[in-house]
Amino acid sequence: MGPLVPFIISNEFSLIIALLAGIGFGFVLEQAGFSSTKKLVGLFYGYDFTVLKVFFTAGVTAMVGILLFNHWGILDLTLIYINPTFLYSALAGGAIMGLGFIIGGFCPGTSICAAAIGKFDAMAFVGGSVLGIIIFAEAYPVFENIYSAENWGPVLIYEKLGISRLLFAVLLTVLAFIAFYFTHLIENKVNNYKAQFSRRKLITYGIGIGLAFFVLAVIVATPSKDEMIQNRIANAKRQQKCVFKEISADQLAFEIANHHYNINVIDVRPKEEFNSYHIPMAINIPFEELNDRKWKGIFNQKLKTNYFYADTDTLAKKSCLWAKYIGKSDNFILKETSKDFKQLFSDQIIEPQNASKTEMNIYHYRVKLQQEMNALVEVFKNLSQPVKPKEVKIKGGC
Amino acid sequence: MKSKLYMNPYLAGFLMGLVLLGTIYVTGRGLGASGAVKSVTLSAIEKIAPEHTNNTPYLKDYTESHPGGPLKDWLVFEVIGVIIGAFISGVLSGRVGLKLERGPNITNFTRIVAAIIGGLLFGLGSQLGRGCTSGSALSGMAVMSFGGIITMLAIFGSAYLFAYFFRKLWLK
Repeated sequence: MGPLVPFIISNEFSLIIALLAGIGFGFVLEQAGFSSTKKLVGLFYGYDFTVLKVFFTAGVTAMVGILLFNHWGILDLTLIYINPTFLYSALAGGAIMGLGFIIGGFCPGTSICAAAIGKFDAMAFVGGSVLGIIIFAEAYPVFENIYSAENWGPVLIYEKLGISRLLFAVLLTVLAFIAFYFTHLIENKVNNYKAQFSRRKLITYGIGIGLAFFVLAVIVATPSKDEMIQNRIANAKRQQKCVFKEISADQLAFEIANHHYNINVIDVRPKEEFNSYHIPMAINIPFEELNDRKWKGIFNQKLKTNYFYADTDTLAKKSCLWAKYIGKSDNFILKETSKDFKQLFSDQIIEPQNASKTEMNIYHYRVKLQQEMNALVEVFKNLSQPVKPKEVKIKGGC
Repeated sequence: MKSKLYMNPYLAGFLMGLVLLGTIYVTGRGLGASGAVKSVTLSAIEKIAPEHTNNTPYLKDYTESHPGGPLKDWLVFEVIGVIIGAFISGVLSGRVGLKLERGPNITNFTRIVAAIIGGLLFGLGSQLGRGCTSGSALSGMAVMSFGGIITMLAIFGSAYLFAYFFRKLWLK
């Protein structure tokens, strides 16, 4: 599941990825004609809308692709870097950049690209941007107020507009195609000629437009991977049909006392319930959090057996089914609820009076296990909690 | 060698979108440009005048939060890639060569001065706006960031607004 850095690809290796991504980016920028100021500023005088066409197509392609990847469950949208919104600095900075664009004819990316193929003016532009950065760094106190004012954090545009993510994607895609059509008309008018599209070109464009909306329709119409798993789990039939491997409280206690290193006891109840009581050595993964990637390791390994328990049969079964769908681990559920377990192995197990030999055996067995489990809990006081994975924060920016 | 035509803009845009998508899938972040210039510039200042860096809070913060310097900076590597990629493309299409491109009515000197001033403004603005057209506008649009999209609107809006006043630089 993406992003692959830093989970699958290390931060150091990601520098190689950076180089490759840059080569692709630079190649396409140059091929598109972004190394020429004539093509770039054409946008602002209406004779060449290449910038808008390339820019909008790239943005829409990447946006739709991200949604599709998320839909398939291969990209975690909560982890990708969202540019934070600082309202005033974004507007003021953007306005200054726009002025720089029309005077200098480049933006930083395109100037580097043009300098690479030997344009002197582009090199001068890069030199100028170095000066601009130095001025900003030196005069930072002057800009500080506006720079950090109105910090809204990583706001998403569809949240701000109060519409769904998909609706926004559809609107932006429609807007892009409308813009392509009208800029085409403007281009013809300004350049005073009528561009003729060959049949083949028209078909290709038609396919492109069709593809964009087809992908969006697929995302809207089909359930995402996450929803599919949820549906399967919630399906009562599956819960009944699936043969669950069950374990009794006595057996589980034995496993905990003797093979604690070989098992995961997983409490799928909410945190508060876990805190008020839980089976010794158990870890808490609330049902809603099962999907969190930090628990992936627990469900993907084959060495330890997972024992699920909850206060209701359904919840434990759902979790067990879930683990079955996403992982490879050996999963069991506890027959009894946590309350039963608590009663059986409470601190004061009442010694049965005038009991049969079997009952006395069970009593001694439970007392012994209870003591052993308590001893383990004492020893593992600090270790019984799973190690908190380091917070992953992806830095971005320009 | 006669230089070839540019690629169809929609095809180029589609390919660029795929590069951006791949980058976000692998690294969780978009593309950028001005950040690399910043990294190189500020660490050069630190090398030349370490005293000065220590006395300037902004520079000090930056150096402390980027301990590896430019050789550990993602964007620096990306921009090295941009240079390589653009050069390959230029060679393939026969567009490599030392030259200066300018509007028909201005001198080479005016063009260079305008490029420096434009670069200066863009450099300054990208610091204030936390990213340029690649990092903020393009990548921001792909991840639907509100900040990225308003920055984009501000850049292009302001360029359109000022276009009339600087038409002599570009048009006949």
